[in-house]
This record gives sequence, C-alpha cells and structure tokens, in this order.
Amino acid sequence: MMLLSGDPPRSRVLTIVLLVIILALAATPFIFPGAKAMNVAAKICIFAALVASYDLLLGYTGTVSFAHTMFYGIGSYAIAIALYAMGPNWGAVATGIVIGLPLAALLALAIGLFSLRVAAIFFAMITLAVASAFQVLASQMSWLTGGEDGRSFQLPDLLRPGTVLIPKSLMGFEFNGRTLTFYLVFVASSLMILGLLRVVNSPFGRVLQAIRENRFRAEALGFRTVFHLTYANCLAALVAASAGILNALWLRYAGPDTSLSFSIMLDILLMVVIGGMGTIYGAIIGAAIFILAQNYLQSLMGVASKAATEAGLPLLPGLLHPDRWLLWLGLLFIASVYFFPTGVVGRLRNVGAGKPSGSAH
Amino acid sequence: MTELAANDPLPKPKRDLAPILIPIALALAMIPLIGSTSSWVTLTVASLAMGMMIFIMASGLTLVFGLMDVLNFGHGAFIAVGAYIGTLILLPFAAAMQTDSLLINLAALAPAVLLSMAVSGALGLVVERVLILPVYGQHLKQILMTTGGLIVAEQTLYAIWGPAIIPLPLPASLRGSVILGDVAIAKYRLLAMLVGLIVFVAIQLVLNRTKLGLLIRAGVENREMVEALGYRIRRLFLGVFMTGSALAGLGGVMWALYREQVHASMSDDLTVLIFIVVIIGGLGSIGGCFIGAILVAMVANYGGFLLPKLALVSNILLMVAIPMWRPRGLYAVTSR
Repeated sequence: MMLLSGDPPRSRVLTIVLLVIILALAATPFIFPGAKAMNVAAKICIFAALVASYDLLLGYTGTVSFAHTMFYGIGSYAIAIALYAMGPNWGAVATGIVIGLPLAALLALAIGLFSLRVAAIFFAMITLAVASAFQVLASQMSWLTGGEDGRSFQLPDLLRPGTVLIPKSLMGFEFNGRTLTFYLVFVASSLMILGLLRVVNSPFGRVLQAIRENRFRAEALGFRTVFHLTYANCLAALVAASAGILNALWLRYAGPDTSLSFSIMLDILLMVVIGGMGTIYGAIIGAAIFILAQNYLQSLMGVASKAATEAGLPLLPGLLHPDRWLLWLGLLFIASVYFFPTGVVGRLRNVGAGKPSGSAH
Repeated sequence: MTELAANDPLPKPKRDLAPILIPIALALAMIPLIGSTSSWVTLTVASLAMGMMIFIMASGLTLVFGLMDVLNFGHGAFIAVGAYIGTLILLPFAAAMQTDSLLINLAALAPAVLLSMAVSGALGLVVERVLILPVYGQHLKQILMTTGGLIVAEQTLYAIWGPAIIPLPLPASLRGSVILGDVAIAKYRLLAMLVGLIVFVAIQLVLNRTKLGLLIRAGVENREMVEALGYRIRRLFLGVFMTGSALAGLGGVMWALYREQVHASMSDDLTVLIFIVVIIGGLGSIGGCFIGAILVAMVANYGGFLLPKLALVSNILLMVAIPMWRPRGLYAVTSR
C-alpha cells in the first residue's frame, strides 16, 4: 500500500492483469528465451514509464503536449553523444545523465513559462511547432547528433552481452551483461512509475486534477495554477528524458526515428488513451497492448494479407499489409476515445464497481 | 467617448494597420541585406507565392477555430487527400499537360482542381459528422479524435497509392520564368499568387458583404447570441468546415504542383506551418491569417537565403516574437 501510494488498482481483474504483465516482464529473460522477446519486454518497460509521464500531463492536468518525444530524445541523445565522444565508461554515462536531465527540465520550464503568455489551447500547437523545430535541429547538427544516421555507441564493459556474470552451467540459463541491462531498465522504469504514482496521489497531484476539472475555480481557491502546471511539465519532462536514457542504453543507439519522430509521439498518445487517461496503471496496460500489437500483430496481418491476395480480393491486401497496422490502431484509437473514454483501466474499474461504463471521473 | 446624435453615421471601426506594415517593413529591410535587387525580387515573389498557398490551406482552419472553437489536428489530411485526388486526373492526362498550349493545360488542370476540392470538401462533411460532432466543446477529445482521423487518412492513402513518392510534373506552359529586365519570375508562382489573391478577396467579400458573412462573423463573436436569434449555426459551421476542407484540398494540389511531387505525409511539415500561421494571425481572423502566412513564407525564404541553418527554426522565432507583442495574435477576433 505504501509502495502504491494508497492508490491500488481497485479492480480484481485489473490487479490480475497488472500482476501478469509485471511478472511476465520480470521473468522474460528466463521464460521467453531469445532476443526478440527481451527486446519487446524492455520496450514495454521503457514505454510504460514514458507513457506514465505523459499521462501526468494529459490525464492529470488535461494539457495536450506534442513535445514529449523531444524530452525523450534529449535523454537518448545526451547519453548517446556522451558515450560516443568519451568512450564506453561510467563517467560518460554519468555525464550524459547530468547534462541530459537538467537540459530537459530547463527546456520544459521555458516552454511552460512561455506558453502562459498565450491562450491555453495554443499549448498543443506551440509544443507541436517547438518539437518539429527540435527534430529539424537534431537532424541538421550532424557533427553532434550524427544527423539522420544517429549515434551508435558501445556500453561500459559490465553491460555488454559478452560479459557473463553467471554462467549457464550454474543455473541453467546465462545471466550476462545484456540480462543485467534488461533488469536495469526494468527496475528504473518501475521506480519511475511508482514515483509518478506518488506524485499524482500527493496534494500536488490533487491540485493538478482540480486544474484539469476547472482551472478558474482552482485559481480562485488560491492555487497558483501557472506554477503547478509548469512544475508538472518539468516533472514529466524529467521522467521522459530518463526513459530516453534507458532507451538509448538498451538499443546502444540514438537516432531521429527511435527517439524523436512524430510517429513515436502518436504512439504515446495511442497508448495513454487505450490504457486509460488519468490512471498511471493505464500506462502499463496501454504500453503492453500497443507494443505487443506492434510486434506480433504485423505478422498476423501479413498472413491475412497473403490470404486476401490469393483470394483475389480488391483493396483488402493493401489494407491488411503489415505496414498498415497503424491504420487499424488508428481506428481502434478513435473507437476507444468514442466508446471507452476511460480506457481499459477505467472500464475494468467500472466493471469491478458494478457501474455502467462511461461514468468514471 | 462622445455621445452620438441620432442621425450621425455609426463610427467606423478603427483600422489597425500595424500588422500590415510588418511584412512590408520586413521586405524593405531585406533590400540592403540581400544586396542584389534581382534576387530580392525573386525571393519576395517566392515568399508571396508560398505565403498565398499556405493562406489557402490555413484559411479554413482559422475560421473553424474561431467560429466553433474546434481544434482540427487532422486538417493536414485534407491537403494530402486533395493532392492525391489531383493526380487521378493529372497523371492520366499527362499528354494534355505536356503540350505547350496554355488552354489545353488549363483544361486538364481545372477538372483536377475541382475534383480535389469536391472530394476533400465531401471528406470534410464526413469528418465533421463522424469525428467532431460527438466531441463538441471538449478540446482534449477534439485533438485526440482528429489526430486519430489523421492517422487513418494517412494510412489509407498509403494503402491505396502505396508508399512511393509520386512525381507530378508542372504543365508545360507554366514551367520556366518570365524575364523582366534582369529579374526572372517563375510562372507558376505568379499563378499561385493570383489564385491566393482571388481566394483572399472572395473570402473577404463573402465575410464582409453578405448576410452569410455577417452571420459567420457574429458567430465568431458570440455563438449563443446568434443561436438565440434563431439561426442554425450548426449548419453554418458545417458549411464553413466543408469550405475549409475544400480549400485545403485546393492548397494540396497547388502545393503538390509547386513541389512537383505527391506523398501521403507531405502534409506533416505543412501542418506545423499552418498552425503557426493560425496562432500568429489570431483565431478566426482571415486578415491575420493572410499576413501570418506571408510572414511565415518571408521568414522561410529570406532566412533560407541569408542564414540557411537558422531558417529551419526561424518559424519558431516568429511564433515567440508575435505573441510576445500581441498575445492573441495579430488581429484578435475572439476572446479566447
């Protein structure tokens, strides 16, 4: 209870689903051998933390930001550039963290303070423009960022796949540097999610919710909404940058497509909405559903597309082509905004509480 | 304020000229910086042409924004759809496009443009009914729904036309430049400027000289009042939305011809530009949108010539500077 900040899942089904996801993630290196399964699991961990931090903005304060990948990218690039330039040592990792996190927080502060000058609904557009400018900047400053190619780098010895910590003969499976990196990602992501859970259930989190429901009333109650919103913006940026650091460490690479592109921003939006806005748990479920779909739905669609081609159907092969999986997720997204505004988590909680759907919040 | 006698004419609203002076001052300030007059003229014409095309695409968005307070993040989809529909006629009639006669070229161009506008306008009807109607008054959901719509539209375009970039050559008679002294002006840019001006003047006339325009302007100011007077602002809005999407389709064809290529994600960069234009122009202000579009294009063109590296973020600088001066945009129409 202490660990969950007094905010349990509040639904038996939800608790079971969450436990299954978390246990499966924790045990991935043992029960699902192979590089792909571990990649998927690490990606779910990283995105769960990233999506949870976005939920702090979208779900708890009701502000739409399109600049979240920018902070994610700052974290990724900071660690990648540091490790690329200084060589694979722990000093470089520390440098990347020490430069990346404050940079993200400062930028979030600047955007937060600036966006107060203009009407609230402009925030989404301003962040969209700032993020696109940052993306252009990152691809143009190729001497620093490697341009479109990005930066590949080596990890410190301890985290390399070649480093065998516990040999296979001892436990029946090999625990190497790669496994250690996976657990680093898992633990760091879990800590970030628990931290965010703590934030949203603190008095500060309550104020954020009050601002979401009625900004003027919150202001009239004496809360400096500007301060709270900017603070939330900075916190979300810090967690996003940390997730970016984990992502770069896991991939041993940072580039525009893996950390900055607008399609990642859309992915995050999809995950928050499918999982359930305003529930940190939704981030875990949204990330798990989305990334599993991204990795396994495509092969399923390939089979269906082939069958449709052989049957000689018009248009259907194109629509079912594995590259078009985003089309179906887009439709799912619209349907979930429309029919399940509270996402999977809200839905499960309502079922548990015997309430009709759509009455959450 | 002085009292008005019964027979005095109503006082005219004060003309606010300051925003109009900015692009003019900017253009004049660039003459010594650029040095050569001929390149200055070329750059200025390029800015005006690009600005007018952006204005065509952004005008619908700003009206929808101002009138119904609807955030449409999927506006870019209309642009891409318009461009693709244009290729349906322009590519099969490539022969007609490549003959040197302006008349035959236009005979192929006109139906392409009309079809694009019709299809994107019709798509606007569907989008408004399906995606926006259920989420009136909820900004967050509007953004989510229209973003979802954008994803679906873009992916459907990929599914139908494939992911490759489709080349779309300019008609023969619009290629090349007109030479005036030592200044070369691309013909297509002249056409783009002409179309942009026609659209601008037409919108201004409709808004300021017709009863329909009166209702739209009144709706922007105070929607409830217009409804209370018995007008169905819902239908009015649907009309504005469809017009806006049709204009986006027109802009899409023009932009595709300007770039001589069509791509499903061509609207991604444009969307950002359009949003910047709408913000700095002021919500629901056609005049502000027009000046904003020209400013954005000028900054991009002059900046690209003088400081190529800086030009990439120049739009952001513009978007910081203008709201610092006027937080609600160049011409504040709504109180939002």
